[in-house]
Amino acid sequence: MCDKLLPYAWLIPVFPFVSFIMLLAFRHRLQAYSSYIGSALTGLSLVAAIVVWVTGWSVQSVQHTGVWLAFESVELQMGTWITPLNLVMLNIVAFISVCVHIYSHTYMKDERRRSTYFAWLGLFTAAMLGLCLSPNLLQFYMCWELVGLGSFLLIGFHFEEDKAKAAAKKAFIMTRIGDIGLLAGLILLYWQTGSLQFTDIYTVISSGELEAFHVTLISLLIFAGAVGKSGQLPLHTWLPDAMEGPTPVSALIHAATMVAAGVYLVAVLHPLFMASDTALTVVAVTGGVTATVAAVIAIAQTDIKRILAYSTISQLGYMMLALGSAALAAGVFHLMTHAFFKALLFLTAGVVIHHFKTRNIHQMGHAFSELRFTGMTFLIGTLAISGFPLFSGFFSKEAVLSAVWHDERYLLFSLALLTTFLTAFYMFRLFFIVFMGQGKPTSGPKKALSMALRLPIAALSVPAIGAGFLYTPWFSAFGNWITQWQTAQIDPGHEVPWWMMPSAIMCSLAGIMLAWVMYQKLRVPLRELPYLHAFTLRGFYMDELYHYTIKQPLQFMSTTTVYIEKFVVETVMESSSSFVKWVGKYGARLQSGQVQTYGAVGFVGLSILVFILFWTGGYF
Amino acid sequence: MTSVPLNAYLMLALILFCIGLFGALTKRNTVIVLISIELMLNAVNINLVAFSKLGMHPSITGQVFTLFTITVAAAEAAVALAILMALFRNRSTVQIDEMDGMKH
Repeated sequence: MCDKLLPYAWLIPVFPFVSFIMLLAFRHRLQAYSSYIGSALTGLSLVAAIVVWVTGWSVQSVQHTGVWLAFESVELQMGTWITPLNLVMLNIVAFISVCVHIYSHTYMKDERRRSTYFAWLGLFTAAMLGLCLSPNLLQFYMCWELVGLGSFLLIGFHFEEDKAKAAAKKAFIMTRIGDIGLLAGLILLYWQTGSLQFTDIYTVISSGELEAFHVTLISLLIFAGAVGKSGQLPLHTWLPDAMEGPTPVSALIHAATMVAAGVYLVAVLHPLFMASDTALTVVAVTGGVTATVAAVIAIAQTDIKRILAYSTISQLGYMMLALGSAALAAGVFHLMTHAFFKALLFLTAGVVIHHFKTRNIHQMGHAFSELRFTGMTFLIGTLAISGFPLFSGFFSKEAVLSAVWHDERYLLFSLALLTTFLTAFYMFRLFFIVFMGQGKPTSGPKKALSMALRLPIAALSVPAIGAGFLYTPWFSAFGNWITQWQTAQIDPGHEVPWWMMPSAIMCSLAGIMLAWVMYQKLRVPLRELPYLHAFTLRGFYMDELYHYTIKQPLQFMSTTTVYIEKFVVETVMESSSSFVKWVGKYGARLQSGQVQTYGAVGFVGLSILVFILFWTGGYF
Repeated sequence: MTSVPLNAYLMLALILFCIGLFGALTKRNTVIVLISIELMLNAVNINLVAFSKLGMHPSITGQVFTLFTITVAAAEAAVALAILMALFRNRSTVQIDEMDGMKH
């Protein structure tokens, strides 16, 4: 059974790709059916992913590759690679993508360029699925860039707005900065190991043939790619701006396709990172600092989508923190639960934005009474992300925390605990202001949410509640399954100190309580602290920092070089060309067409030669 | 019989050649230019004959060569005059300074 079906795993990314090609080729003719085609083909790919998951359950690592290009001694391969980690990723991506497709059916109903939108969604999904299936780093890198392209196209979907255009460009360029690191790391890795196949890389690393210096250098370069893609500090600024894209796209980017790629990269090359303590520390510190800083920034934001964006950055920081603390299982587990509740939050936020026709949370309020279903599901997502006991985020966050504790990074541990508190605080601030606040009830006819909006939200809220039970302190099957194939070791599980769970619960409850007191009971505006508020609202002035430290010097440099080009280079070029012209102009006068002049000149020349000959007395 | 010395022949040839050269380079009438060229050729012929009689290794070759030169010069003059006729028909002039077709 398993042998028969697994070779067909390559079909998983092909389905959305077919949707992409079809919708792009017959854009106008399929306008009305685009959502059905997109959803159906992505649905097929979800079915395929589930089938592969079920049949490949017990598989450790199976490759099916074919030669793509063969040089003299180098063979580049393409194909599929099935491991537990891939299976998890494939299913998350396909599931979220189907939800987003169905949701978009209603959400993008009035869009003029519907089929283009669904075509880009298909490309984006196909690229991410291909990335998860890649058996080697080259195919991975190709899909990685395709994911970047997809995000660029979708963020800039409303390209008639300048902000969307700028956000798309920013996302592309910021991630590209990291990609340079990834490419350099990839080349170095090939140079050192002689192969880009993941399995070969594992073999080389476990044999310990690589020098420690190279391992550190390569893993840091590769981590730079992950930093760019997963929006870690300091390359995170594109992620909040990416909110200019349509809301379902944000759900897709934040939950499954784009930012997860960076975490997946670190996860799939985890043995490489494990071989270098420096690299692990860098990953952990980056993750921990990102988590805290993004959570602090999120507190002051007023745009509902920006709050969610910063919360994504913060949660991605958690994942990196876990991976840097040598806990692959915890990182991937948090990636999984986060995918569910963040997609849920974004999709419900889309409904809220649609309802209030604004993204500013202070112009919302009272939504709970009007949007009962949305309010309930949003509450589920909020509880999950806040780490409320027994929701999915609780278990995954707890796994991350205990991993950090086990790794004896106590400072980072306290940061992570603080972030738990902050997360609960800003998420419930959002919830209380939007859903329980004292806004005016919106006028206008109330209409029930359509099925296409309800279904994905409902489908996502189930795993947002329940996915946590896959990996708990008393049930670590998931951990074994996800780590064993890579390290050939059984996951140590997380033996938790007794106070771990209560303190995590305390932190999250304290955050919720504080939010309730400040925004529900007393309604204290945060603007009381003017400087601090502005500081956090503008995201620690990160954009401004880049503006003044990087953009302006670069602009100065380019202006200078423009002037050098204009006045120095062009002068030199101009004068040399005019010299040639001058010579030509006056030289042309010698050609008079007068035979006698030519003859005379020839005669004089001959005479001079003869004269010289006699003067010198022979040949020269 | 006191023969004329070689130098005298050579001087005659030199003077003839210089007159020819001067004419070829300065005269504006093409017919005169052609005549001047003939003059230069004949100066060379005198040289050849003089050397064949009074040179370091006298032989008949110089005289034979002169005969060839005369033949070729006649042919050349015929061709040149034919070209000149054609040119005159087209341009209705024989002034050489107006024939600057090589410029273009």
